[in-house]
Order: sequence, then structure tokens, then C-alpha cells
Amino acid sequence: MHNKQSWIDQRFPLTKVINEHLAEYYTPRNFNFWYFFGGLAVVMLIMQLVTGIFLTMHYKPDAEYAFASVEYIMRDVEWGWFIRYMHSTGASAFFVIIYLHMMRALLYGSYKGPRELIWILGMVLYILLLAEAFMGYVLPWGQMSFWGAQVIISLFGSVPIVGPDLLVWILGDYAVGDATLNRFFSLHVVVIPLILVVLVFLHIVALHHVGSNNPDGIEIKKNKDADGIPKDGIPFHPYFTIKDSVVVVGFLWIFCAVVFYAPALNGYFLEAPNFIEANPLKTPEHIAPLWYLTPYYSVLRAIPPLFGSQFPGVLGMFAALGVFFLLPWLDRSPVKSIRYRSPIYKWILGAFVVSFIMLGWLGVQPVTPLYVLLARIFTTLYFSFFILMPWFSTLGKTKEVPERVTG
Amino acid sequence: MSEQTIDLKKRRFLTKATSVVGAVGVGFAAWPFLSTWKPSAKAKAAGAPIDVDISKLEAGQLVRVLWRKKPVWIFKRDEKALESLDSEDLIKSLDDPDGTGNSKNQQPNYVTSNFRAIKNKESVAVIVGVCTHLGCSPTYRPEPGAADLGGDSWKGGFYCPCHGSKFDLAGRVYAGVPAPTNLVIPPYQYVTDSLIRIGVDQQKT
Repeated sequence: MHNKQSWIDQRFPLTKVINEHLAEYYTPRNFNFWYFFGGLAVVMLIMQLVTGIFLTMHYKPDAEYAFASVEYIMRDVEWGWFIRYMHSTGASAFFVIIYLHMMRALLYGSYKGPRELIWILGMVLYILLLAEAFMGYVLPWGQMSFWGAQVIISLFGSVPIVGPDLLVWILGDYAVGDATLNRFFSLHVVVIPLILVVLVFLHIVALHHVGSNNPDGIEIKKNKDADGIPKDGIPFHPYFTIKDSVVVVGFLWIFCAVVFYAPALNGYFLEAPNFIEANPLKTPEHIAPLWYLTPYYSVLRAIPPLFGSQFPGVLGMFAALGVFFLLPWLDRSPVKSIRYRSPIYKWILGAFVVSFIMLGWLGVQPVTPLYVLLARIFTTLYFSFFILMPWFSTLGKTKEVPERVTG
Repeated sequence: MSEQTIDLKKRRFLTKATSVVGAVGVGFAAWPFLSTWKPSAKAKAAGAPIDVDISKLEAGQLVRVLWRKKPVWIFKRDEKALESLDSEDLIKSLDDPDGTGNSKNQQPNYVTSNFRAIKNKESVAVIVGVCTHLGCSPTYRPEPGAADLGGDSWKGGFYCPCHGSKFDLAGRVYAGVPAPTNLVIPPYQYVTDSLIRIGVDQQKT
């Protein structure tokens, strides 16, 4: 065994890589609940890749056959329903995990220096994942697939001057149709997954270079023992591999409950009109994107047309996503973790989270004057959080950060 | 052998020149790939005009046909509906009632009246059923005073379920809704009194 290992090590740095990233990667010992979600996100990525590969073996990316081929998977392919529901539930579960993963960064200031690049890579991953999920939802070619695609692609048509040409270029036709479906298939199964895998790799390489943050927001590398090992660090393997595997089992338990008993989750994971084939003549009575897109959709709806163009709303929607990139430079607080921030910061972060959730809720509601007003209020709060952050992040008295991690 | 000196200036120039030429090459090489996304010759050829028989169209009835892969509505308005389209009460709540402002390119030039239909055929409307906001197909709600659409202020028209835009029975957009312009009137003509051809302009008479 040892011989075999050294034979490989002379030709490939296997032991070095394992030590650097697992056995001698020192992780803060005070990780809590919020630190489960990075690992779970990797599990979800693998699950989506595997179930996706098997769905591709039966799905037909043709406007004529796509809907029927999904029904074929559901009814006629052995265990096809299971693979398909794992994939569709997996998409939503992925976003539950990613949102909690991002919440962790907001709570403990994980985006602050020296982890700005990890945060930026993570944001690119998040936006690509939104695009991936959107295009995946188009593939079954149901009513929501078709009209969702129509609305989202039309966003590009509102760009001044080049909009209409850009729109036709994206569609590959003068309306959403076979050409659109076919290219979305290619992007969904090849292009974006490849980029996602590469970026996840870079995200982890960058993380392992600077080391993990922790609930106290202390750099454990500043406190090393005589051997150069962080005093508050424990090796990722076996400590966290074991802990994470328990988490994975717990997660899969909940995940399977959804897959087996409520795969559509009352219209939140799969909407009812998507079980009807796409009909270009008729929009469903009530149309809303899937839950993970709804906060941005609300921002889009909240902004009225200006100068006879809906572009400001579209710009607002993309700004709501893009503004996250600036977080590391907007936050000027001397401390990272919420544990040591000023009380006022805690209230403001709370208000932001409430705004995000409320925008998400409003995004699935029909348009009424009251809801439009609410969407405008919460959109204002949402952007205020970022715009005013350089000011309020320095307000109030922060608590003293301890030398060593607690708890 | 003479001592060689490295001309850094020359080296930097060569690096830059090579990069620029390489970038131009990448740009040219990308063109064929990006071009494959444009509508194919087949897609371009599929835009032929269509004929629709309206001899059986009743007042208030709406039929949907596909033209260039877009839904087109053909519907008949009764006297009362036409009257309301002409009324000051409705017109003041519209964004661009006469189609000269934001909506000036939304109809052929032979469609000018408040009814947005060919002259002497005012009762029949031909409208592309694609919301000018983000492309949903609005719902036909011809009944005036519908409680869920604002009661008395609703004169009948179209309601977009996606983002709440409202249009009247001539496809004119209400003020203060997400859609920026009136619905599009396609080029159309009457081949006979009961046959409409969509996709070809009306001949000058």
C-alpha cells in the first residue's frame, strides 16, 4: 500500500493535496449550524449532475416532443419519476441551501477581507445557478416553462437601441420556440454546469488559501502553536467530514420526504400550469416565477416604466443582484461577526432579511395596488441596506472581540 | 561572442502587438459561433401572411390565431363598446390614446381612429396579443365594471396576468401600468368583407 502511494506521489502530488485540503486543513473548532451549508451545496451539485445526466438519456430537446418526453420519463421509464423529482426538488433544495449559505456570510461577515474574492466567486456561482435553474425550468415545455421564458427573455428586449435585435438573437426566432428550447438545453446541460464546476473548484481553492471564517469572526491563523498549527483549529478530516456526513444524512431524510410525499410542494417547487403543455396562444391566469427568483421579480414589478420604457425596472432587478458584489467594500465595521456588532446593525440586518423575504412573498402574489405599494416600500428598504451601509456599519458601539474563539 | 542585451522596450511592444492580433483573431473566430444563434433561414422564411375567415364572428367574440409564432386576436366590438372607446371618460385614463407619443410605431399608418381598426370596418379589431411589457398574452376581459379590475373605472379590455398591465378594447394602454406602449396592430387587409389577411398592408384605395 505504502509503495503504491509513493509510486503515485512521485508522479502526482496526491498525499500533498489530501493533506493540504483534508487531513491538515485546519478548520475553526467553533463551527455551528450555519457552517453546514457549504458542504451540503457540494452534495446538491453532485446530485443535480448525476440525476441530470440520467434525465438527458431520456429527454428530447424538441418543442414537438419535449413535453411528451418528460411525461414518458414520469410514467414509462423505470424509476424515471424518482430521478425527475430528485432533480426538480434538488433545484429548490439547492437554493434553500445557497440562501442559508449566503445568510451565514451576512451574519458572520465572511465576505470581509481577506475573503472578498471568495465572496465574488460565490456571487458569480449564485447568478449562474439562477440562470441554470431558469433554463432547466424551460425544458419540460409546459405552460410555465414557455411563459416564464417569454417574460425573462423579454427583459433583454427592453435594452435601449440594441434590445429588439438582442432579443431575436437570444430567441433564435421571432418568438420563443424550438430554437430557444434547443439552445437552452445545450446551455443547461453542458455550458453552465462546466463553468459551475470550475468556479466551485476556484471558490474552494480560494477558501483553503485564506482559511475559513467562524462565528466569532476571528482569524485563527493569528494564534498558532509551536508547530505552526492554529490553536483554535482542528483538521477538517476526520472531524468535520464525520460531522458533515451526519448532516448529509439528516438533510437527505428531509429531502426524501419532499421527493416522495410532496414533490410539487404545493406549487412552490413545480407549478400546476407546468403540467399542461406550452400554448403560445394563452398565458396562464396567474404567472409567477419559482420562489428563488421572486424577490428580484418583485423589484422588477415595483419599478414603473420611465420615459416610455420598462428598462429602468429591468435595470433595478439586475442591480438588486449586482449590488451584493460590493458588500465587502460597503461594510466598514471594524468587526466581522454579528456577535460583536452594534445593536443598531443587528436591527438593520434584520430589516434587510425581512425585506428580502417580503419581496419574495410579494413576487408570488397577484398585482394589486396595495401589493405594488408594499413592493415599492420593501424595494426601497432593500437598496437602502446597501447604499447606507458605509454609514450605518460604523454606527453604535461594537463589543470587544476576544483573542480566541468561544463556544 | 558579443554580450547580448535584452531590449525590454521591444519585447513589451512585441507582447502587446501579439496580444492585439490574437484578440482580433479570437473576435473573428467567435463570429461564426455567435451567428449560429441568429434566426435560421428556415425561421426567416416562416413569416408568411395568413388568412382568417370572420364570417362567423359574433359581437363580443374573440378568436386567437398564430401569426409569425405570435398570438393575434381578432374580435368584434358592439356599438356600446365602440362608444366607450370614443368617450372622453376613457381617453383621459389612457397613456397615449391617439398613438402619437410613445406608441407612434405600434400601428400601420392607415389605422388612426380611436378604434384602431381599418376605416369603415371599425367593429372588427386585429391586434397582436403580446403585452408590450414583457411579452405575456393578456386576458380578454370585455365586461365593463369588472369588480377585480377597478369596478366602474374598467370599461372593458385586456388585463395582463403577469404584471397587471391594462389595455382597452382597442389595445390602448392605460396610464400608470408597467406596459410602456399600446399593443401592436399588425399590417392587415380585407381580401373580401369576411376574409382578413394578416401580414400584408392594406392597399391604397
